[in-house]
Amino acid sequence: MSQPARSPFVDSLLQAASQMQLPGRGIAWLDAARHDNLAAFAVAGLPDTRVEAWKYTALRALAQRSLVLGDAHAAERAIDLQALRLPSLDGPRLTFVHGVFRADLSKLDELPQGLSLQPLSEVLRGEAEPLRFALAKHYREAGDAFAQLNAALAGDGVVLRVAAGVKIAQPVHLLFLGAPAETELAWHARNVIELGEGAELSLFEHHAGLGGQQHLGNLVSDVVLREGAKLQHTALQDSASGSSLIRRSQLRLHARAHASLHVLELGGVLSRHELQAELVGDEAQLETRGVFALNGRQHADTQLAIRHQALRTRSASVWRGVADERSRGVFRGAIVVAEGADGTDASLSNKNLLLSAGAEIDTKPELEIYADEVKAAHGATVGQLDERALFYLRSRGIPLVEARGMLTAAFCRAVLDSLPHEILRNHLSDLLLAHLPNAPTIP
Amino acid sequence: MTMLKIENLHARVEGKEILKGLNLTVNAGEVHAVMGPNGAGKSTLANVLSGRDGYEVTAGSVSYNGIDLLALEPEQRAAAGVFLAFQYPVEIPGVNNTYFLRAALNAQRKHRGEQELDSMKFLKLVREKLKVMQISDELLHRAVNEGFSGGEKKRNEIFQMAVLEPQLAILDETDSGLDIDALKQVAEGVNALRAVSRSFILVTHYQRLLDYIEPDFVHVLADGRIVESGDKSLALKLEEHGYAWIGERHAPALAGGAQA
Repeated sequence: MSQPARSPFVDSLLQAASQMQLPGRGIAWLDAARHDNLAAFAVAGLPDTRVEAWKYTALRALAQRSLVLGDAHAAERAIDLQALRLPSLDGPRLTFVHGVFRADLSKLDELPQGLSLQPLSEVLRGEAEPLRFALAKHYREAGDAFAQLNAALAGDGVVLRVAAGVKIAQPVHLLFLGAPAETELAWHARNVIELGEGAELSLFEHHAGLGGQQHLGNLVSDVVLREGAKLQHTALQDSASGSSLIRRSQLRLHARAHASLHVLELGGVLSRHELQAELVGDEAQLETRGVFALNGRQHADTQLAIRHQALRTRSASVWRGVADERSRGVFRGAIVVAEGADGTDASLSNKNLLLSAGAEIDTKPELEIYADEVKAAHGATVGQLDERALFYLRSRGIPLVEARGMLTAAFCRAVLDSLPHEILRNHLSDLLLAHLPNAPTIP
Repeated sequence: MTMLKIENLHARVEGKEILKGLNLTVNAGEVHAVMGPNGAGKSTLANVLSGRDGYEVTAGSVSYNGIDLLALEPEQRAAAGVFLAFQYPVEIPGVNNTYFLRAALNAQRKHRGEQELDSMKFLKLVREKLKVMQISDELLHRAVNEGFSGGEKKRNEIFQMAVLEPQLAILDETDSGLDIDALKQVAEGVNALRAVSRSFILVTHYQRLLDYIEPDFVHVLADGRIVESGDKSLALKLEEHGYAWIGERHAPALAGGAQA
C-alpha cells in the first residue's frame, strides 16, 4: 500500500472502524466488501479539488475534524417529532436517528399488501443474501471516498420492496434525523429500494435536524425500477444548520420504467448530492427537478449524472439555484448517451440566481453522445434578478425588497409546481419560501 | 388645478443628453398627447416620470400635486398615483397575474394608510374591471404577461391601470404594434377611465390612436423639447405633413441647441 492521505478525519474514522461491531458482521461476503472498501478509503483518503468531481467542493475543513464514528446513544435520544412540524402524511414512516433505526418514532403497522419495509439492521440479522448485489460493491473511482466509507461502515438504513404490480398510494416517509449530542458524530446509512414490474411507489426522503449540531451524515441509496415501474421520489434536505450531509443516490431504470424526482436543498453547512441514474431498459423515462436555496456560509453541491443506455429513453431535468450572502452552490449535470441508445431524448436546464456579491455558483453541464437520432438540449446560466422585471413590479407600487422576494420565489418555485402530491408540494413550497429572503407570504 | 408641472427638464441616458429643457403642464382631468419622431425623447420622458434607473436628470424640476416627483422611488410614485403603461410590458414567469396585481394594489393602499383588500373584495373589484376592459379572466390565471400576445400585453396594462386607478396615467406608445381591433379595445379602456380627477399623457408616434382617444392638447416633441402645442387639429396636420414639417418650422431647435 502507498502512503495513505492522513488527516484527523481519516485517522479518527479508521481507528474507530477497527473496533466497530456492525450489524451483519460474520456474513462473509459483507465482511469482505466492508474490509475492502475501508482499505481503499485508507489508501485514497478524502479527495482534494484536483479530483474533477470535487473541483468546486473543498473538504479541507472536514479533513481537520475528528469525528466519533456512529452514535452509541442513538436509540435513547429524546426526540420531539412535534417540533419538526412534519407534513401530515398518513402512510408508513421509517425514522433514523444518526443513521440508527428507531421503532418508537416509526409507523410500520398495517403496511399495505405487497409493500415490504424493514430497517437494514434487521434484515442483516436474518436473510441478507438478496442484498448481496447492492451491498457487495467495491468502489474504486477517484472521488468515491464517501461511497467507500458508506460501504464499509453503514449498518442500518431502509430496505424497501414493492411487489410486482402493486401500487402504493400513500407516500412512504423516510426520515433521517440529526440531534444534539455530546460530540460531533459521523453516521452512515444505506438504503436498498426496489420496485417490481409495474409497481408504483411514492417516496418522501426527508433529512431534518433538531438543534445546531455539526454531525456528518453519509447516505447511499440504491433504487431499482423493474419493467414498467413508476416512482415519485421527493427529497427534502432540511438538515440542522451546522451539519454536513453527503448523499449518493444510484437509480437503475429498466424498460418503460418511469422515475420522477423532486429535490429541495435547504439546510446544512455542507451538502453534497450525487444523483446517478442509468436508463438501461428501452423507453425508460426520468424526470428530475431540483432547487437549492442557500445563505450564510452554506455550500451545496449537486452532481447529476444520467446515462442513457437503451432505445428511445427520455430524461428531462430542470434545476435551479439561489445563493445569498456568502454561500456557494455547485451544479454539475452530465448526460451520457451511450452507443446504441438511439432515439434518446435528453434535456437539462440549470439556472441560477446570485443574490449577493459575496455568493458564488459554479455550474457545468456536460453532454456526451455516442448514438444516433438523439435529441439533446442543455443549458446553464448564472445571473441576477432581472432589472426590467424589478422595475415593472416597482412601477406598480411594490417596494423594492418585496419585489426582489417575489421574483426570487418565482424563480425557485417553478421547480416544485410539478410535484403531484399536494401536501408535499405545499410543505416544500412553504419551507422554501420561509428560507428565501423577503419572500411573499401569500402564494 | 395643476397636477403636473415639468419645467426646463434636462435628462441624460448613458451620458447622452436626450431631454433638453422640456416644459409641460397638465391639469387634472386633461388628456395630453405627446407626439414626435423617433429619438425625440418621448420614451425618455415617460421613463423619467416613472423613475426608471439609468435616466439621469441634470436640470429642471417635476412637480406632481405640489411634491417633487423626482425625489420619489418608483414605488412611491405609484402609490402617489402615477402609472406608466409600458411600451414593452415585461414577462414575469412564476408570478401569477392576479397575485401580482393584488400585491401591487395592497402595497399602494398600505403606503397611503388605507386598509388592504382581502381576496374576496379584491376579486369583486377585478371582476368589475374585467367587464370594462373586455379581458378574458383566463389571463388572470397566467403568469404576468407570460406568453401573452402583443395585444394582450397592452390590454393587460390598461387593465392594471383600471384596477390601480391612478391619478396620472402615462401611456408609452401603447398603440405601437396593435392591430385596429386591439387599438380600439385599448382606447375604449382608456376612455372608460377618463375622469375629472384623472389625467393622461399619451406618448405616441402616430396620430391614429387619437382617432379613438380625443386629446385636449397635442404637443410635438422634437430634439428633447416641446416645440409646438395645440389642440387635436395639430395631430391631423402632423399626419398630413409628416414630422419634416415640424423640422422646417423649428429649424434652429432641431439643428441642435441654437437656443440657450
